[in-house]
Formats: sequence, C-alpha cells, structure tokens
Amino acid sequence: MEIIRPEILSPDESDIIEGNIINTFISKCTDPIPDPDKWLDEEIRRNILLTTVDTAIAWARQRSIFPLMFGLACCAFEMIGMAASRFDASRFGMDIFRWSPRQADLMIVAGTLTWKMAPAVRMVYDQMPEPKWVIAMGACAISGGTFRESYSVVPGINRIIPVDVYVPGCPPRPEGLLYGVTRLHAKIIKGTIDNPNLSLK
Amino acid sequence: MTVAINETEIEKKLNEIFPGSVISSEKGSILVDKGSLLKVAEYLKNAPELAFDYLTFVTAVDYLDYFELVYRIVSLKYNHSLIVKTRCSDRENPTAPSLTPVWRAAYYQEREIYDLFGIRFEGHPELKRLLLWEGFKGHPLRRDYL
Repeated sequence: MEIIRPEILSPDESDIIEGNIINTFISKCTDPIPDPDKWLDEEIRRNILLTTVDTAIAWARQRSIFPLMFGLACCAFEMIGMAASRFDASRFGMDIFRWSPRQADLMIVAGTLTWKMAPAVRMVYDQMPEPKWVIAMGACAISGGTFRESYSVVPGINRIIPVDVYVPGCPPRPEGLLYGVTRLHAKIIKGTIDNPNLSLK
Repeated sequence: MTVAINETEIEKKLNEIFPGSVISSEKGSILVDKGSLLKVAEYLKNAPELAFDYLTFVTAVDYLDYFELVYRIVSLKYNHSLIVKTRCSDRENPTAPSLTPVWRAAYYQEREIYDLFGIRFEGHPELKRLLLWEGFKGHPLRRDYL
C-alpha cells in the first residue's frame, strides 16, 4: 500500500483517491490466507524431537549443575581456577557457585576435612535438596592424604557423606576437576526421575 | 628490624629488683623463674626505659624433662626485643602464670598451648580448648602423645 502524502486537496479529489485505494485493496484480497497448520506441520517435523522424560530431565540436570561454594583448604584455589575464565566451568552449565546449600546440586569437598569441621559439612550436605551429588577433590578429601594418621583429620570424607566422584591429586589441576565433572555428567545422564543416583558403568 | 636488647644487662637489672628471678641468659633471651614471671613481665612492660608494650607470640616446647614457654616481646617505642623463657617441670599437671592480664595478645595463644600441651595458665580469664573439641583426650603436641 502506498503512503498517502499530505497534500492540499479538495474534498472530492481526496474521496476519489481513497476510493481507488479501497478498490485496489479489494482486488488484491481475493484468496484467503492459508491457515497456520499447513506450514506448522513442516516446522514440527523439522524442530521437534521425541525422547523419554527420563532422558530429558537427566539431560537438564546434567547441564545445569549448581555447585556449592565450599572450599576447605588449598584445593579450593584449583576449584576457583576451574570456575574462572581460563578453564571456565560455565561451558558445562556450572555457571554460578551458590552460597546457599538449598540452591546447590553439587558439593565439591575441596581440601582437608577436620573432625571439628565434619558436623558442619554433614549439616550442609543434609540441607542440600535432592538430587545431590558430591565430588571428593584431592588426596585429603579422598583418604585423609598426608594427614590420614593425624588426630584431627577425617580419613576420607566418605566416612560422613556418600561420594559420587573421586578426583585424585594434591591438589588436582583444574583440568582434572573438569574431567571429574564430566564423569559426574556421565553418571547423571544415566539416572532416572525415580533414581537419579544410578551407579556409573 | 627490631634490635635484640643486651640480655646480660637486663639480667643484672632484673636480679637487682627481683632477687633470684632470672636464672640464666643466653643470646637474646633470659630464662625467668616461673614464680616471678608475672612480676618480671609487669616490670618489663611498665618500666619507662624498657616499655615492652607488644607481645609477638607465646609458644611452648616439650623437652620431655620439662616444658619451656617462650615469650617474644617487643617495644614499639624503642624498637628493641627480648625473648623471655620459663620452664615448668611437672609433667602430670604443669602450670604457669598467665600473662594475659599484662599482654592481651597472650589470650588465644595461651589457650592454644593449653589445648595442645596441657599447660594450665593460672589467672587466664577463659581457659578452655581452642582448636580441638571439648572431650578430646590427650594433648597432641606433647612428644609422648601416641
């Protein structure tokens, strides 16, 4: 439709122009526009995949892990390095480290755990909502490490909380922790709604 | 850098004021009799020509025959330092006078020494375990622990 430029016209002339516009409009609009369902069918075939609910939910869980901000010792710096821009845990959907255990899915126990700290760790673990996962990062968290014989160190955090993935090293490099996260992804993708913690095979 | 004060001069001076208080002295440090430690500490802090107003640290050493307490004190006014040592020989129930009323910095470190060595500081305002939990058996930094 052409744009009507403001001109100084007599009323008769403007009426004639308006009538012409309406007539051309009527002549163009003879056929009805097809209803959306004809082209929607092709869009459906191109864009919609069929899958199971289990797979979809496990995929969503796998790709949006929120880790708990939880550093006990020197391993925490490697965890920070993993989260920062050089190694960039955001590539795996671990965008935000949450301060609150109620908003976290993954607890990375990074460092030496002493018996005095152990009740706090257990309390934080209990406050995390299901489903939840735990990575034991570093030799101290796995087995007590150098301090295994000590009077004050927990010899392995699996004494107090269940562990899904063990990442060895003293401390492990951020690449190592990222590999542990991908192993955790491989575990989560096998899970179902009923049982999100299926064992990794 | 602080300058270590001459230990023989200060030993002589302290023995004039408190007879028998300083047992011996070696490089930069004096060994004080346990009974007169509190008096010596108050004097070292309040004497205008010494003015040891800052306690850097307190620590303890286990020599199996006796425990040795080590205090390093510094004068921020004159920029000199001194190490004061004292010994407690009773292994079952070692006690020492608390220097927390003199230097407040001793508060937590004396609690830590009580926690890890089992030395009781008499006159400490709140003597209980600092690092380990209540009910822990033994004192882990003693050499006969384990």
